[in-house]
Amino acid sequence: MGVDAGVDAGVDAGVDGGGPEVLIELHGVEKVFAVRRRAGLLRREKHQVRAVDGISFEVARGEVVGYIGPNGAGKSTTVKMLTGILTPSAGRLRVAGIDPARERMRLAHRIGVVFGQRTTLWWDLPLKDSYGLMRRLYRIPRARFAENLERCVDRLDLGPLLDVPVRQLSLGQRMRGDIAAALLHDPEVLYLDEPTIGLDVVSKAKVREFLRQLNAERGTTVLLTTHDLQDIEQLCGRVMVIDHGRLVYDGTPAGLHAAGAAGESERMLVLHLERELPAVCVEGARVVKVEGPRQWLAFPAGASAAPLVAQVAARYPLSDLSVREPDIEDVIARMYAGRG
Amino acid sequence: MAEEVLVPAARRDAEPIRRAFGAGAAGWWGRAGAGLRGYRLIVGMWIRSTMAYRASFVLAVCGNAAITFLDFVAISIMFTHVDALGGFTLPETALLYGSASASLGLADLLLGSSERIGSRIRDGSLDTMLVRPVPVLAQVAADRFALRRVGRVVQGLAVLAWAVSRLEVEWTAAKVLLLPVMVVAGAAIFAAVLVAGAAFQFVAGDAAEVQNSFTYGGNTMLQYPPTVFAKELLRGVTFVVPLAFVNWLPALYVLGRPDPLGLPDWAAFASPAVALALFVPASLAWRAGLRSYRSTGS
Repeated sequence: MGVDAGVDAGVDAGVDGGGPEVLIELHGVEKVFAVRRRAGLLRREKHQVRAVDGISFEVARGEVVGYIGPNGAGKSTTVKMLTGILTPSAGRLRVAGIDPARERMRLAHRIGVVFGQRTTLWWDLPLKDSYGLMRRLYRIPRARFAENLERCVDRLDLGPLLDVPVRQLSLGQRMRGDIAAALLHDPEVLYLDEPTIGLDVVSKAKVREFLRQLNAERGTTVLLTTHDLQDIEQLCGRVMVIDHGRLVYDGTPAGLHAAGAAGESERMLVLHLERELPAVCVEGARVVKVEGPRQWLAFPAGASAAPLVAQVAARYPLSDLSVREPDIEDVIARMYAGRG
Repeated sequence: MAEEVLVPAARRDAEPIRRAFGAGAAGWWGRAGAGLRGYRLIVGMWIRSTMAYRASFVLAVCGNAAITFLDFVAISIMFTHVDALGGFTLPETALLYGSASASLGLADLLLGSSERIGSRIRDGSLDTMLVRPVPVLAQVAADRFALRRVGRVVQGLAVLAWAVSRLEVEWTAAKVLLLPVMVVAGAAIFAAVLVAGAAFQFVAGDAAEVQNSFTYGGNTMLQYPPTVFAKELLRGVTFVVPLAFVNWLPALYVLGRPDPLGLPDWAAFASPAVALALFVPASLAWRAGLRSYRSTGS
């Protein structure tokens, strides 16, 4: 697993001109959980779950890497090991030359972490109090803090939110607040675990634009896990796919589609007909599933849905319809299909 | 070299021990310093945010003090019917009550928030503490620092002051010195119990209740004269979970009474040493707990 493909060309902080500097390094990393299961009244069975099963990769300074995979594939476990929250069961792991599990606090000064599902801010405090506390806990020089905060407030539209307690923020607002909090101490690496989960379209776009600027201007290395294929397509120069604890793909996002079955991803048109009918027949799409009055039509992601809808509406009794964007699960599923 | 390659698992198991003892005093002091600094900053912020609602804070402190004071009212009422409890007069019992209450109050004020660690482990929000450059124990103890808990300390000290004014005791330098030592060392003993209790929550979800039986339960016991309890219980709280050193043994010395178990006089001055000795297993338990979290995930 090298960094041959998809290295973001935008920033190359090569220290001695000898190629990009390696910032994150994993070598044969494993994580085995011992799970106890109740078996009978008192007896408990102990068995092992391999959440991460021998992963190796390197990330160079300045890359934006998407780390994707189905639920339970080991994404979050990997991120937790990279941040020092979890200790690997085996293998070697370095972030900025630091072993995260052994020097958790030293590493904390050099990384920023955003968990999509929970906040690192203090729930009951106004946003600006949380930031002030961050400044002191991380020993951020005042001038630097003011500068970083101003930039984040400006670009993430946090101005009106600074006096609001975190618990009163909406999910999208809180996520922006969290991203700012993770960047006040100028981390070299920013980890984002599902940063756009549950956000509306506008918030998503804002977060993505901010991350793009951050990487372009400051050369911050970004590693994000996501379920949203658009995060990958719009942000990442490189994508890694993990499944069952193993790395199954490491390369460009475009290559990910090529690794899939049809070469191009497909969107899905879901039709709700007024009654059960045999599979509809329209040009430019194929029916992949029929379930009662509902039918699923796959069509190329690049094509417009409008002519299809017009065709269907003209010829069939249509009561409702929706268009589904391709998601990571589809791409990965097709990747396997293409292989087999 | 070859040996090391052959037994990586054993080396990993030895790691917490090496870290606890072998990391060097410098590393330990560095962490302790970072912990205190982080604790001070987080607590300071909570106090400032509490003080934004000054009136509600004052009410909360008064309510807190009033509720705990009812305990003592109950004891006083008892004394309207009897002259002595286990041979102890009201001022003598008040000395026990006040010192136990002030000690537990202090420990609870400074470390009481650590009780919530169980829910943080269950919902995974402990993760967010592990990515901050502050020792987790300091963050857990300072989390939502509740200054209103100072009410119990104030009430305990007030009862203690009243007891001292009423006691018919020949005050020597040693006895006077023993009073603050007793309160502070007692608080340290309760604090060690709180740390051990927090550590235990990594393993057992409902450990907070077990811990409460030692802290609040122990406090209630220590408010009464040791002479009213069975010898077996006294042995247990002297030699197993040494809560007797919180206030019983020092107070017995101050009152010029013998220890029911026959311990020598110097035992009255052993509380600080007992507190220090308790912190060793408590901090090892904490480290083991945190390490188990870091290897099991949530």
